[in-house]
Amino acid sequence: MSRAEILGAIRRGLRRGEVPPDQQAMLASRTAMHQRHIIPKRGQLDLAGRIDLFTYYAEREFATVARLQSYDEVPEAVTSYLAGQNIPPAIVVAPHPALQGVPFNQTPMLDIRYGVSKADDLVSLQVAFAGIAETGTLMLPSGPARPTSNNLLPDTAIVVLPAEYVVGCYEDAFDALRDAGPMPRNVMLVTGPSRSADIEQTLELGAHGPRRLHILIVDVQN
Amino acid sequence: MLESSEAFVGQAAAGLADAGLQRALAKAKPQFVKKRGGAVERLPEFEALRDVAAGIKDHVIAHLDYYLEAYAEAVERSGGVVHWCRDAEEARAAVLKICRDAGARTVTKGKSMVTEEIGLNDYLEGHGIEPVETDLGEYILQLRREPPSHIIGPAFHLERAEWEKSFREHHKDLSPDRVFHERRDILTEARAKLRSRFLAADVGITGANFLIAETGSSVIVTNEGNGDLTQTLPRVHVVVTGIEKVVPTIEDTLALLRVLARSATGQDMSVYTTFSTGGRRADDLDGPEEYHVVLLDNGRSGMVGTQFQEMLRCIRCAACMNHCPVYGAVGGHAYGSTYPGPMGAVLTPMLRGIEAAGHLPNASTFCGKCESVCPVKIPLPNLMRHWREREFERHLQPKAMRYGLAFWAWFAKRPGLYRLGTRAAAMGLGFLGRKRGHFDRLPFAGGWTAGRDFPAPEGDTFFAKYAAHERNK
Repeated sequence: MSRAEILGAIRRGLRRGEVPPDQQAMLASRTAMHQRHIIPKRGQLDLAGRIDLFTYYAEREFATVARLQSYDEVPEAVTSYLAGQNIPPAIVVAPHPALQGVPFNQTPMLDIRYGVSKADDLVSLQVAFAGIAETGTLMLPSGPARPTSNNLLPDTAIVVLPAEYVVGCYEDAFDALRDAGPMPRNVMLVTGPSRSADIEQTLELGAHGPRRLHILIVDVQN
Repeated sequence: MLESSEAFVGQAAAGLADAGLQRALAKAKPQFVKKRGGAVERLPEFEALRDVAAGIKDHVIAHLDYYLEAYAEAVERSGGVVHWCRDAEEARAAVLKICRDAGARTVTKGKSMVTEEIGLNDYLEGHGIEPVETDLGEYILQLRREPPSHIIGPAFHLERAEWEKSFREHHKDLSPDRVFHERRDILTEARAKLRSRFLAADVGITGANFLIAETGSSVIVTNEGNGDLTQTLPRVHVVVTGIEKVVPTIEDTLALLRVLARSATGQDMSVYTTFSTGGRRADDLDGPEEYHVVLLDNGRSGMVGTQFQEMLRCIRCAACMNHCPVYGAVGGHAYGSTYPGPMGAVLTPMLRGIEAAGHLPNASTFCGKCESVCPVKIPLPNLMRHWREREFERHLQPKAMRYGLAFWAWFAKRPGLYRLGTRAAAMGLGFLGRKRGHFDRLPFAGGWTAGRDFPAPEGDTFFAKYAAHERNK
């Protein structure tokens, strides 16, 4: 009833009835085309340029970035980062296929748990679906390999970003997401660690989400 | 819910006299302008994107019925439920029913101006459900029982000492001797306090910056991560939002996102931009089981096809108030409305009626700054002018003002007499004020001269000088 009244009021305002079928078809095809609008030039670079730009903007927004040659280097990169920040070496790891072959057994000091983050987990390790050079943004869609809680609950978020997945603009990342299947329940675009400027307009890091965001860009040789 | 726009004049005076507020405004104003300016400078395409953004919104408004139906269909396809609500009452009842069906005792809330608009918190409390605001600014305002004074920086009017005082008063379980060495300590205390609330809540309520017809997604944009925890941890996620938020595709959303954060906080992108689509999937490891959208009209459909239609483009970035000399002088509470500043001056008469909110469209110098920074190019001064005309047509201003305007109009329609009169006044005042160069007091203008001096006219009027110039050519 309310639905009919709201739609009726809109149509009265537009001085017409329901959109006629031919126009509906036009609107449906506008939607289906996914037409892009103006794309900022700054991200339209080759892969090396995109990775540099991604790193520049991620660091500008207070994330930290390290570049690794292969997945084999991930355990060492995680332990040395945590040691440098004085954080206990215990992490909750997303059950992502890319992390299955990572040789965590080479760093016995590192305490590993696979699964969904709980409130008392201090550090998470996640795998990004894409990196977006335009603003140094990570795309983290939910799914069986990527629990959303792990992006939010731990104090420190470490995210593996395969170098080849660094794209120029958000549109490229969403096109890849469409190719991968139906829209996931949750898609987070993350740019830097959590923050607030609510107290006297002064920026403080670490509001409700992670205080630190560390990104490991991994070169993958096929 | 703030509903005292009738009292704008007195509240503005109170704002001007509030030393704490004036310090906060002096600190924030240059920041607002500088941050947006920096972000715009870093993106050469920004100006062109404003036209794109306005075009997308206009396209949606012209087909709003179609896109709302397409959106609702997509939500239902993804397993969500849409609740269509004509007014605040229906929206509050819809939220309450969802909470009761979920057996909820506490609900966490991400920042949402629409829930302010409908007075949701008081209503839930009155029905035995505890709402917990989780945005840092909204959290302290809930402790202090104050409404927001700004649509994106709700508590920017508070000084650090007030934060500390409120936290000491309300967090009684913590040591009274604790010291807040820096702002971070305030933030850390709030984070710890709210963590347990996030984990215990049965329902999470957020707003939406955009609704996507293509996918049935709701999009929120935050920096703290509180909105994401609110919509991820509880069993039920409720989105409360207005019908004007719908856009056709992800690509349209991305174009609007490119102007939103830049206009609002001067960030290239907010920290968390999150797309939510339906409830938890069979193979998901976390997330809410239920997903509801409470879709509010509350006067919005009545703007379609009117001279106020362009206001439906608004994406609530706050750039207009951040750059407004009136907002910058009196602060947000003076407006007595959920939505302050120039966008509030246009929207509030629509929501509350021109009888209640007539002062707001008058509270403008028409400097045009709001329109020049608006990411969707809403002609705000023009829309305020439309309200002024309606107010005059409906005889809502005080008698003295109407007579004064009528008196002026009588002269203005008789150019010869007008020029003679203004020339005589300019010469007379120029003669009387020739020694001091200004007047402290003028008859019939006591209200004006109470706060400033009136400069004595020098020489002749513009018209007289122009006429002389033409003659001597």
